[in-house]
Amino acid sequence: MSDQLYQDRIVALAKAKTGAGKLENPTKSARRDNPLCGDRVTIDVRLDGQGRIAEIAHQVRGCLLCQASASALSSVAVGRDAAGIAAVRHDAERAVGREEGEAAEPFAAFAPVAAHKSRQECVLLPFEALKDALS
Amino acid sequence: MSFDVTAVRRQFPILSQIIDGRPVHYLDNGASAQTPDAVLDAVRTYETTGRANVLRGVHRLAERATDAYENARTDVAQFLGVQPMEIVFTGGCTAAINLVAYSYGSLLKPGDRILLSELEHHSNIVPWQLLRARAGVEIDMIPVTTDGRIDLETLPGLITPRTKLISLAHVSNVTGAMLDVGAVVTAAKSVGAKVMLDGAQKAPHGPIDLPSLGVDFYVFAGHKAYGPNGIGVLWAKPELLDAMPPFMGGGSMIGRVTFAETTWAPAPRRFEAGTPPIGPAIGLGAACKWMQALDWTGAHAHEMTMVQHLMDGLQKIDGARIFGPAGLQNRYPVVSFTLDGVHPHDVAQTLDSFGVAVRAGHHCAQPLMDRFDLDGTTRVSMAPYNDGSDIDALLTGVRHAAKTLR
Ligand SMILES: Cc1ncc(COP(=O)(O)O)c(C=O)c1O
Repeated sequence: MSDQLYQDRIVALAKAKTGAGKLENPTKSARRDNPLCGDRVTIDVRLDGQGRIAEIAHQVRGCLLCQASASALSSVAVGRDAAGIAAVRHDAERAVGREEGEAAEPFAAFAPVAAHKSRQECVLLPFEALKDALS
Repeated sequence: MSFDVTAVRRQFPILSQIIDGRPVHYLDNGASAQTPDAVLDAVRTYETTGRANVLRGVHRLAERATDAYENARTDVAQFLGVQPMEIVFTGGCTAAINLVAYSYGSLLKPGDRILLSELEHHSNIVPWQLLRARAGVEIDMIPVTTDGRIDLETLPGLITPRTKLISLAHVSNVTGAMLDVGAVVTAAKSVGAKVMLDGAQKAPHGPIDLPSLGVDFYVFAGHKAYGPNGIGVLWAKPELLDAMPPFMGGGSMIGRVTFAETTWAPAPRRFEAGTPPIGPAIGLGAACKWMQALDWTGAHAHEMTMVQHLMDGLQKIDGARIFGPAGLQNRYPVVSFTLDGVHPHDVAQTLDSFGVAVRAGHHCAQPLMDRFDLDGTTRVSMAPYNDGSDIDALLTGVRHAAKTLR
């Protein structure tokens, strides 16, 4: 049987747990819930003087897709400001088929989610939390 | 003679479907059960030979429709061991609870108390919170034991002379635990409180003798009891129905309407404003008849054998934990479990790829999830048409999730 959604790359991203945890003294943090499935993401950021992310940490109570996405996002977030994160989000949206075009790494790994509409919000939830933290 | 699952399965057309090359292993009956030919035929007969509005026309189709609708009320009443005029058709189980909260609730006074439990479905919590906001009643909560039962030992400390209603799940939609109704009724009587049971997860497992239970209100949903969507049932003692004001106003529920004053029709009509869900009610009547004809001694034994098979299988999977009663006593075939290191949604998604349908998440019981600090559970809910192959397919999928996702 083929288990198309949970391909090795997504599982590997989730297991990597990049950025999992809390920051000691975050400049900002935000929590987002998905009321439909109960997934919950909390993101802490420490910002530099220009509003760029100097450090990021996340806590996910949610599914593997949400964990993998938070991990992927954390791996590319440092050095970016709100506009930079918005640009990265396009990659996630492209990967899950919500936008046209090629998704850059590491988000290309989420391509299998395109066929599972009900799970796309799981991938985007960490972005929502980070957007709140940066606003 | 042993219970003939094959003969039961044959009556459910959806179960013979092949999707993406796999049979359907439908173990999400607690969310919505499947429907047998007898129900589909009854609805089709109404739609093709007797479709008309009820109670209003003098023509033949209207008479057929009215007869079929009222016969359905009788079939539901027989299923519950009560009189037809005590049966109110509603839009669903949630609608029935809201009806009671609104209508019976309007008879309560500020400071009166409603007693619920920690494992209730949101539909047996939120209507009471709305009543609390409207009428200033108070809500108390019976806690749950670690094996997922309503902890009735705490009852004496929670019941007060101001307690007017105790409203509890007859069977939990998360843990499968059945309530000790007798104990609740005895406690309620000591202070003159009424008892309502949410039978959403009990009705799908056979006829219920309400008079012997001694409760005051009973509700359930058609679609979980092999009937159509959009129909539910409220039963209440006739003196309560008589005392309760209407919930919704409109046609069919009136005695006489003038702009100065309107009088109400007697129950159950008073609570069935407007054109009711006629086809769905007829379907539910057929579902109740279908259930009454089933051998429930055999069906229940078969369901419990599947529960045991499932529990034995889960016990062999590292990190799988059953949330709910460990034994088979006073429980129904709803089994929740968690798998360490794998989120319930990922378990359910993996199971889907094995052709197995289950529900994962909070099951509309967030207070219960909070109490046990759970992200959710994976819930396996069975019906008499399930068989060992469904449980085997499920266990294969859970083992696969355990191996690949953590
Ligand atoms: C115990 C319980 N009560 C009430 C309900 C609500 O039923 P419905 O959504 O059909 O109105 C459900 C269904 O999920 C349930 O399991």
